[in-house]
Amino acid sequence: MKRRTLLASGAGAATLAMMGLPARAQDKTKVGFVFVGPIGDGGWTFEHNNGRLAVEAAFGDAVETVYAENVPEGPDAERVLTQMVLGGADLIFTTSFGYMESTMNVAAKFPDVKFEHATGYLRADNVSTYSARFYEGRAVQGHIAGNLTKSNKIGYIGSFPIPEVIRGINSAFIHARKVNPDVEFKIVWAFTWFDPAKEADAAKVLIEQGCDVILQHTDSTAPQAAAQAAGNVYTFGQASDMGEYAPMPRVSSIIDNWAPYYVERTQAVMDGTWTSVDTWDGIGRGMVGIGEISDAVPADVKASAEALRDSIASGAYHPFTGPLNKQDGSAWLAEGETADDGTLAGLNFYVEGIDGDIPS
Amino acid sequence: MDFSSINPILLLASLMVAATPIILAAAGELIVERAGVLNLGVEGMMITGAITGFIATVTTGSPWIGFVAAAAGGAGLSLLFAFLTQFLLSNQVATGLALTLFGLGLSALLGQGYNGIKAPEFPRIDIPVISDIPVLGPILFSHDPMVYVGIGLIAGTWYFLKYSRAGLILRAVGENHEAAHALGYHVIRIRIMAIAFGGACAGLGGAYISLVRVPQWTDGMTAGAGWIALAIVVFASWRPWRLLIGAYLFGGVTVLQLNLQAAGIAIPVEYLAMSPYIATILVLVLMSAGRAPGSLGKIFHASR
Repeated sequence: MKRRTLLASGAGAATLAMMGLPARAQDKTKVGFVFVGPIGDGGWTFEHNNGRLAVEAAFGDAVETVYAENVPEGPDAERVLTQMVLGGADLIFTTSFGYMESTMNVAAKFPDVKFEHATGYLRADNVSTYSARFYEGRAVQGHIAGNLTKSNKIGYIGSFPIPEVIRGINSAFIHARKVNPDVEFKIVWAFTWFDPAKEADAAKVLIEQGCDVILQHTDSTAPQAAAQAAGNVYTFGQASDMGEYAPMPRVSSIIDNWAPYYVERTQAVMDGTWTSVDTWDGIGRGMVGIGEISDAVPADVKASAEALRDSIASGAYHPFTGPLNKQDGSAWLAEGETADDGTLAGLNFYVEGIDGDIPS
Repeated sequence: MDFSSINPILLLASLMVAATPIILAAAGELIVERAGVLNLGVEGMMITGAITGFIATVTTGSPWIGFVAAAAGGAGLSLLFAFLTQFLLSNQVATGLALTLFGLGLSALLGQGYNGIKAPEFPRIDIPVISDIPVLGPILFSHDPMVYVGIGLIAGTWYFLKYSRAGLILRAVGENHEAAHALGYHVIRIRIMAIAFGGACAGLGGAYISLVRVPQWTDGMTAGAGWIALAIVVFASWRPWRLLIGAYLFGGVTVLQLNLQAAGIAIPVEYLAMSPYIATILVLVLMSAGRAPGSLGKIFHASR
């Protein structure tokens, strides 16, 4: 619904601009958010919206936030972004990888407006990127999953074959194998971030094929519901705690905490100190949270998982530490070597032991 | 490459579940089209049924009441179509498309605040004794009740069209509405009843997605199932049992492509996703023209 109001205000602002009137009122800082799913998805978009609410709470009347839900990745996003800018936004967060091109295009047209693109890698003078080291959380999930599985088959619902998702698969796999050498991963690509019907189908298929732990990199709670219906299948909350499925099937979760970052960046725009940056924070800085590990996990596993979490947070341990080989058996990281951020940012191969090809 | 991890019994069982929303919606649309009305608003009626059913279920706690509400919601929306096309004589194709867009928007509006809520569970029934039969038991006799409602609906549609007097009248109206009118049948009234039935069935199909298959509410969650239902009616050349085959084919491909992926078999998803549509086009090309009900999509007015 919000999107329609936005259309109207965008059109109004466009008329104003054409008449040569100043379209932007400078008394309030206007912050825009572009969401890939509905704010009630219970996962990814839900947490970004919590960040938006935190901005409102922190600044009160000094800011105004606007948002558009269910914006398709692609050319349509460009239209939504343009309308947001014409509606007077000073700072816009585009919260999905697929908005990268659109963000860059619109940012080039409006150099005075600041843009923040989540999980992307293209930057400009008025475009920052920010992301969280979800792979750190995936390491903890893999550790728990490897310990819990009895069939030694772990299902993974992938969204799109992009570096962020592949990092997560690799990280979870490495740490599952570490505690359980017999573990194998079954990976299904849903080719969507948010489609509960498809996600539910994917989860059911994985369960039918013998997986008793399901990891998901899609945003809805549908796989949790499918696992709950199946009974003895474990899942992890994705992007948000998904605590309504605890203690079973959801045994832990990765929680994205965008609020501090959004507040900080909004403050920077208000102070006029905003510059283009590349932020990539993990468990240590609190951008990635590990949700309460439920009682369905044995106490010793819970303790070792928490120790792993803490060692990642303190920087003592890096989830991608050698020796690690690529899927084809060639060497990637030598003993004790850790992956650098550049390699991780563009990661496009599986580590040794994972079956299957990454779809192109 | 490990076909052995695909369990054919579970594959067939989940195929029946995946096909059920399409079966429900397509059976309704088949009756509508046999009455000579082309309602392209199936998707809109499905999604409306999905949300009205979801709201009723969450409110009352009973999925059965939800399904009744879904049928009512779908039928209610279809009556709007009936009013526009049967009384105001608007173009059926345009009205149907508008109905889909309207249904998607209306459902998103109604669904505000219902995102992410869990629906009460709809129990699966294991029919005693016969569900224990090896192979056939899990495939055929261990589903939730709506799967059987879907199959029963196909059987009922077949019997109705083939053997009942009312069914013959409905077909007469669809084949040649002027002749039916001349014989004294009330063309408009029969068509309105057919449209409402089609809407109710589409609503049930939508509710199956939001209450059983997923089960939760999200905007646009029917994701094109209504269009597939429309395609299947044509694929089936307006015959109920062929419709069942078509729906299983579509459902099967949906489930199979995920199974193949999970088994690590690299067939590009796009090929499997488009295969049922290619099959529909092939069937249309191979079949002789003129199988469609004679008055399909034509506007009727007694003065002409």
